[in-house]
Amino acid sequence: MTTTRSRHRGDATPDAHLFPTRPYDLVKEFVLALVGVLVLTIALAWIFSSPDEKAITMADWAAGAPSDVVATATGELAGTTTSAGYGGPYNTNGDGQSLGPLPLQRWAGVRIPVDPSRDLVLTPLSRVSGDPELTAALARYEGATAEQQQGWSSAYADALAAAPDGDPTRVAAGEYGPVPVLAARFLDLARSGGLEGALTSEGTFYGTDATRSLLLLADGAYIEDQARAQNLGGDQWGMMNETGNYPGQPWMWLYTFWYQVPPFSESDNADALVWGLMMLLTLALVLVPFIPGVRSLPRALGVHRLIWRRWYADQQGRNG
Amino acid sequence: MTGPSQPVEDRSWTVRLRSWIGRLVPPGQALPDRQPVYVASWIYVFGVLTLAGFVVVVATGCVLAIGGTTWWHVSALGHFVNSLHLWSTELFFAFMVIHLWGKFFMAAWRGKRALTWMTGAVAFVGSIGTAFTGYLSQSNFDSQWISTQAKDGLNAVGIGAWFNVLDPGQMLTWHIALLPLVVGVLAVWHVVLVRRHGVVPPIDAVAPVDAGPPVDAGPPDGSVVDPGDVVRAG
Repeated sequence: MTTTRSRHRGDATPDAHLFPTRPYDLVKEFVLALVGVLVLTIALAWIFSSPDEKAITMADWAAGAPSDVVATATGELAGTTTSAGYGGPYNTNGDGQSLGPLPLQRWAGVRIPVDPSRDLVLTPLSRVSGDPELTAALARYEGATAEQQQGWSSAYADALAAAPDGDPTRVAAGEYGPVPVLAARFLDLARSGGLEGALTSEGTFYGTDATRSLLLLADGAYIEDQARAQNLGGDQWGMMNETGNYPGQPWMWLYTFWYQVPPFSESDNADALVWGLMMLLTLALVLVPFIPGVRSLPRALGVHRLIWRRWYADQQGRNG
Repeated sequence: MTGPSQPVEDRSWTVRLRSWIGRLVPPGQALPDRQPVYVASWIYVFGVLTLAGFVVVVATGCVLAIGGTTWWHVSALGHFVNSLHLWSTELFFAFMVIHLWGKFFMAAWRGKRALTWMTGAVAFVGSIGTAFTGYLSQSNFDSQWISTQAKDGLNAVGIGAWFNVLDPGQMLTWHIALLPLVVGVLAVWHVVLVRRHGVVPPIDAVAPVDAGPPVDAGPPDGSVVDPGDVVRAG
């Protein structure tokens, strides 16, 4: 019978180089694997192609849901949109989420400053020329007190919400100041196709940062309606799904899973909680070799007896 | 510490680096033509399949990079290359997840292989980040939706202040430069560690005593070499 020895204190795993060997062509294995993966990739690409759902433009938004554009612009002025009350990293208008007692979002500070009413609505409108009515409306709005601006905007936002289908043409009469003109001209600007440029090229010729465009788009309901129609909503496992019938990012199933179940699905702090949990689980995955119980699971599960069945059978034959 | 009798050229940084590289894996184990007899299962194929998948992902990504960010929207060839990139990514992850589970069931961190497991696990997480930034760089509806949803999670824990998913320019540079570099370095490190320690023996396996030095190469006839036979004969 073969005598044994341990290589390391507390870990009886022997040196792999002390075992009997057999021929094994690593290079041939890699080349065959490469050819196999390449052929499989080409076949899958040929048969299934890949999705490419065109990006929503502001003109698409204005054509598909004009009332939503008007309501969103008004909401930015009234401070009622998601961006307007977001907090870090865009502004200080909200506390943001906390991970238990740790307000990580607030601690990170305002590193990507966005003042929604100014940056998403008023500044793009101020770049429009040749429209005296708009110029006058902007001057009146800018000349008013913050309280007056808030009063006009909030009143108009409420009136839009009460109007049939949110239709601006069916809003009840009221004290809205220049806000209806601003919102209507904002819709015109979106229709013209000039809004993206006004938002992404702020102060620079090369517009590679879409933060403002995407914040504005996300403040409206249109993009979410489009996404939900394709089963991409947050409560539809949206983060791991893909447009059309494509596999998307299935490796994000666990991250997406938490959003579907309580307490995460019912919490205002869901994002922070899910991220905190996933960071903890990721750390656990990396540290599996050091976690008592978890590192012993493979022996208890016994799958290794299937993987190395020939070795174990051979050893049993030798010892038996 | 270097002794006074050591020649000056032996103390040079170049010699030390060469010596360090030479000691990374045992002699003959960088590209061995033999493996322990217990390396006999289809599960072992998934490690090399993962590497092959990574090569195809990087290669197809490089072709996409030649055409630029919008090429694949307007060209049939570009769209096909994008399809290759997508499906090689899906295969890469499928192979990697099977490889990871296989190594878990083998408790492959045994025998001072914890760092091998850790580099593999971090490479897996890094690959998820790389794929994620790829989805954000598509410049289509999918990118718009994923970025506007993902920002809330990243902002909630403060990461979004530095890693802005709404900035496709930043996401593209992370996707095609920083993250692939990280994953590539981790993959090389991981493979070097595998070659350094060898393939983990079966759970509860024992090695022959006084088996002598590691076997670098076997006989040309391809027969099994058993260092333990010497001990058993004695």
